[in-house]
Amino acid sequence: MTDLTTNTSARTAEGDARFGDYIQLLKPRVMSLVVFTALVGLLVAPVSVDPMIGFTAILFIALGAGASGALNMWYDADIDRVMRRTAGRPVPAGKIGAGEALSLGLWLSAISVAMLGLATNWMAAGLLAFTIFFYAVIYTMWLKRATPQNIVIGGAAGAFPPVVGWVAATGSISLEALLMFGLIFMWTPPHFWALALFMKSDYHAARVPMLTVTHGRAETRRQILIYTLALVPVALGLALTPIAGPVYLAGALVLNALFLKGAWDIWRRDETIAEADGYRVEKRVFRFSLYYLFLHFGALLVDAGLRSWGIA
Amino acid sequence: MPITQTHELHKRRFGRNLGVALSLVGFAVIVFGLTVAKIRQGSLMEAYDHQPRVSVTPPVEDNR
Repeated sequence: MTDLTTNTSARTAEGDARFGDYIQLLKPRVMSLVVFTALVGLLVAPVSVDPMIGFTAILFIALGAGASGALNMWYDADIDRVMRRTAGRPVPAGKIGAGEALSLGLWLSAISVAMLGLATNWMAAGLLAFTIFFYAVIYTMWLKRATPQNIVIGGAAGAFPPVVGWVAATGSISLEALLMFGLIFMWTPPHFWALALFMKSDYHAARVPMLTVTHGRAETRRQILIYTLALVPVALGLALTPIAGPVYLAGALVLNALFLKGAWDIWRRDETIAEADGYRVEKRVFRFSLYYLFLHFGALLVDAGLRSWGIA
Repeated sequence: MPITQTHELHKRRFGRNLGVALSLVGFAVIVFGLTVAKIRQGSLMEAYDHQPRVSVTPPVEDNR
């Protein structure tokens, strides 16, 4: 046997991943939300940040989020393989080995935390390290498969980026940062459960305890309303802080009234009505929830711009 | 079949290698840009210059 034949039999063409497969491992769609919220956290902070340092901070916060995504895909490969929505991910599809995903996740975690610490401060770096740990270990390895409240507590991982952005700029945590955290934290359950209501997901096949499966759809509707009621004071409370202005206040009043109306509509419906109109209200509320978060953070950015131009 | 024929596998590997190369170049550019930004900010720096550094040498006691 020649060396050539040994090499070709050792690794098949199908096993060679494209560069894009590694990008997929970092969950680019999740990264885009992280980039936006972390950027807002950094820009609304009451200190000016050098553009290069700010860019580096956002880049490595995003890379840290990507690293936690890779660790999530490494650990969840077994259930990703079972679910249709995730079966095409690089690890279950066989494009990238699980060990390779683990290695990439760990290295990118180390690089992103070290670079954020060098670029800004070590408190921001520590917070980023904790965020990665929280998503990869607390959420992925523990809560996701253990409790139907997985989305609630796991939502904290998605709520950290604006805080990391804020701390990268200021070096400390303040009420404004905590309220930005609270906004995403309280928004995650109604957003995700609205999706869970109309997505005929196969979580139960993968033995992931989703609220719709463990407590039923009626209870999920009730929980959506409860969490939306808890979300409103957090969103409006942020309007009372110095980082918010007239644009945020006006936007928050309208958006929260609409979100509350949507949650109320979901609660008033049952499965018979929902199935009859193809989950029209649930789909509408889910779509609206995406705009809800984007517009809240966008309004903070507009107010910061108005302040810097001396308009507000 | 000539041995120089490019297989789809080679294209994939080339794409991956190019991606890694660009990532490394990008990383180097970021580190350079960050260094320039830090210097412009006037952050405290102390380079090794073959001399004992005043900030780390113990204070000399005056016994006179």
